[in-house]
Amino acid sequence: MSAAPMPVAPLPRGGVATLVGRQGRDWAPAVVVLVAFVGLWEEIVRAAHVQRFLLPAPTAIWTAFSSNQGQLWHEGWVTFQEALGGFAIGCTAGMLAAVLVARWDLVGGALMPYAIAANAIPIIAFAPITNAWFNPLTKTAHMVIAAVLCFFPVFVNVVRGLRSVRPAQIELMRSYAVGELTVFRLVRVPTALPFLFTSLRVASVLAMIGAIVSEYYGGALDTLGANIEQDASLFQFEKAWAEIVIACILGIGFYLAVALLERLATRWQPRIEMVGA
Amino acid sequence: MNAVSIKGVSKQFKGGTTALEDIELEIEPGEFISLIGPSGCGKSTLLRIVGDLIEPSNGEVQVNGKPARQARRDHDYGIVFQDAVLYEWRTVSKNIALPLELAGWDRSRRQARVEEMLELVELQGFGEHHPWQLSGGMQQRVAIARALSFDPALLLMDEPFGALDEMTRERLNAELLRIWEASGSTVVFVTHSIAEAVFLSTRVVVMSPRPGRVSRVIPVDLPQPRTQAAREDPRFFELATEVREALHLGSADAPSLAEGVA
Repeated sequence: MSAAPMPVAPLPRGGVATLVGRQGRDWAPAVVVLVAFVGLWEEIVRAAHVQRFLLPAPTAIWTAFSSNQGQLWHEGWVTFQEALGGFAIGCTAGMLAAVLVARWDLVGGALMPYAIAANAIPIIAFAPITNAWFNPLTKTAHMVIAAVLCFFPVFVNVVRGLRSVRPAQIELMRSYAVGELTVFRLVRVPTALPFLFTSLRVASVLAMIGAIVSEYYGGALDTLGANIEQDASLFQFEKAWAEIVIACILGIGFYLAVALLERLATRWQPRIEMVGA
Repeated sequence: MNAVSIKGVSKQFKGGTTALEDIELEIEPGEFISLIGPSGCGKSTLLRIVGDLIEPSNGEVQVNGKPARQARRDHDYGIVFQDAVLYEWRTVSKNIALPLELAGWDRSRRQARVEEMLELVELQGFGEHHPWQLSGGMQQRVAIARALSFDPALLLMDEPFGALDEMTRERLNAELLRIWEASGSTVVFVTHSIAEAVFLSTRVVVMSPRPGRVSRVIPVDLPQPRTQAAREDPRFFELATEVREALHLGSADAPSLAEGVA
């Protein structure tokens, strides 16, 4: 038979740059937009004499940023540790619970409706309460809220992933006479991976939100949330904004790290280029 | 010892549908058997019972002289479905190597065998591709390579080319015959297509529905090895007509085409 080789896309190969998926050329328009945005902001604030408590100029924020760098990065680091800890705890718990539920349908039938409902409620509203349960001056209190926030999306998505195996793929495994554990390792886990990473990306954002918002309600004085809250009430708006910038940098970095991990772990997937996906 | 021995097999599904009733079939080593019949005649169910993927309600199946369950545990058969059922996170090579991995072959032995199989199905150079990068026909060839990789005595195929276009199907039919001759294994092949059944088989088993039964077994005496030319042999048409008539006789509610065809 003539195996006419059909045109196929080149294999996804290459270093980190290719994994992130964009070349310098592709980034250029986005950079131009950022520069234009910051420039416009500066101009409007100056021209319209916008009050500094409403919106400080980018240059003023930059001044506050550079003169407080050491303190800001320290605060950011403390908050990031809370977010990361909460992320690790919440995501691990979510995955373990998902495995149990996917394995035993009865457990799933009893728990899933509540999990889906819990996934839809604004858990962040509980932040003041968890601060009453744990000492808000410790990292634990804030980790807890971050962990609870991370738990539900991971749990719900991984259950869905573990269950979305194609029956034929299981049937083929049966023809090889392998046990459930092997099927789990070789079929269910890889099928669930894209679902898992979708939820991890969501969780990375939620973890930062959880940690910072929870710190608003009485975090230790060397945390981002407590400082944003305090600086805003002390009319130090430039410094509050500089702290928000730090939060953004860490949040985006966290998200990108998870996205990179996803690319590494699911390299088999066809690449669909989407901005911000 | 027969390759497959089906004795008094019946299957009732929950709810009372009788999918199969009292099936008797003996398949000798090296035969190429097609199961053909209309939808609902239980041909796929019968194939799965041979593979011990479904349990019969009554009767007994032996593969290579042992109970079907033992044969499955011993990896005595390879199976190919209508859909290629590739694991999309594995490369072509790793898909083919999967049964070898499960059977505990070491890496170098696996690699050597995968190379052989890629050559057999003419996919050299595609080992490192992922399934989504291949056409439907190529994916199905990977599935065949995987089913044959561990040299099973029996190959079970459930409408493996059903989803492919006619051209690709005819090409893969010829290729399957070449592989069958080279491997010497026994094949049980489920199909809807009369032409495919006649072209491939040593015997065509015609089944009728509600309940599923074997209505006729038609030996195919076209010369071996067969090439595409066999499709234009007058004998090919005679046999195709015979299978067609058996199919229509089998389904009582359909009008007989016997006069029209003869």
